[in-house]
Amino acid sequence: MIIGLFNDWVVVVLMMIGLYIVIAHGNLIKKLVGLSIFQTSVYIFYISMAKVEGGSAPILAESIKQFSNPLPHVLILTAIVVGIATTALGLALVVRIKEAYGSVEEEDIQHLDNQTQTESPKKVLEGDQA
Amino acid sequence: MKDLFSVVMLLGIYSLLSASFFVAMDAVDVAFTEAAVGAGISTLLMLVVITMTGRSEKTTRHKPMLALLVVVFTGGVLIYGTFDMPYFGLADAPIHNHVSPRYINDSMQEIGIPNIVTSVLASYRAFDTFGEVVVIFTAGIGVLALLSVVRRPEDSDKITAINDSMHERYLVIRIVTKILLPFILLFALYVQFHGDFGPGGGFQAGVIFAAAIILYTMLFGLNTARKVINQSFIQFIAAVGVLLYGCVGLVSLLNGGNFFDYNVLTNDPIVGQHIGILIIELGVGCTVASVMIIIFFNFAGRREMQQHNKKVHSSDLESL
Repeated sequence: MIIGLFNDWVVVVLMMIGLYIVIAHGNLIKKLVGLSIFQTSVYIFYISMAKVEGGSAPILAESIKQFSNPLPHVLILTAIVVGIATTALGLALVVRIKEAYGSVEEEDIQHLDNQTQTESPKKVLEGDQA
Repeated sequence: MKDLFSVVMLLGIYSLLSASFFVAMDAVDVAFTEAAVGAGISTLLMLVVITMTGRSEKTTRHKPMLALLVVVFTGGVLIYGTFDMPYFGLADAPIHNHVSPRYINDSMQEIGIPNIVTSVLASYRAFDTFGEVVVIFTAGIGVLALLSVVRRPEDSDKITAINDSMHERYLVIRIVTKILLPFILLFALYVQFHGDFGPGGGFQAGVIFAAAIILYTMLFGLNTARKVINQSFIQFIAAVGVLLYGCVGLVSLLNGGNFFDYNVLTNDPIVGQHIGILIIELGVGCTVASVMIIIFFNFAGRREMQQHNKKVHSSDLESL
């Protein structure tokens, strides 16, 4: 029954969508959105692995004998909250980049960097020392 | 899609959908967290950032063929890798044979609480969770270091004037929010202290609590919220949460057990476990809630400062 691997394929597709957004888009916010799609695909991978056919949520009760695996739930539960904290850190960096460069597009930022390097390498060095 | 606003909204919907998927996969605790974090807080943070960085994406010239090639190749390799994976839902998959039978079969005798996720999170793997809490705390410090602005009192008067005109309009939403707010906070506390028996715990409660405060901040302005919750007080609480967590480990160490071995906290191991888990969840809840509030306050504060600077700048130009 090859359809039994369907959940893994969904995960792979989502993961590749996230990866594609991270690689192909220049906008830093879109890159972060891509990263969070990638992240969610990993969550789905773990949670779908934990599922047992006919199992129930891992809260002990008299009448239930079969439970899903609680360990991946724990790992992903903490990973989600850590994920938002790190995403917030990334967003904070984006805000600072916008303030410093006036843009959140990768191309513009690289362009500005190259300009300062080729036009006035001395000035940059002096600025660093000052 | 070039409009970042719709991108962020779609991400929020996607998070909500994945939360319902987690419910279908029996992971109720995870669904809880994902609904509060993904659909709530992360969408809001992204929206705040978009107001600062601009709403539309610039069109790029280059063709993304290489990226597509890399992605298709990686995807193909991963799909090939999945052929060795056990099929979905099998009870005898390798993942279910190691460690987890002990959690499912023995946790009632060893820990004494029905929610296995909580007992694994706060007792069996307490050291792991401690690391996660420290990571969240560190991320909060990072955002603080990147975005915090020194506020002068004369500025804040002007900013209040801007805010008042902005927030007077949404009367219905404000009244409804005022009615709902105590219930949201009460629900957060319920989730916090009922985490032993049902889905819930410190992480979820912290996020829900923070979401309530953020809702308040959005509708009544940052300054009003700052009057209710002092910035330095909330930073203090974030540190207290981590310390509380670590101290439980130290106390169990001093009582002759291992780090985070709650059995030695009292004479009765089960009561010790209960106390340990309760305190640890409280520490987690404090840290998560206050770090989320700190993050949002700093983003919103940065935004207000930028708007203020813009306004000052334009008025300077006019006077010239």
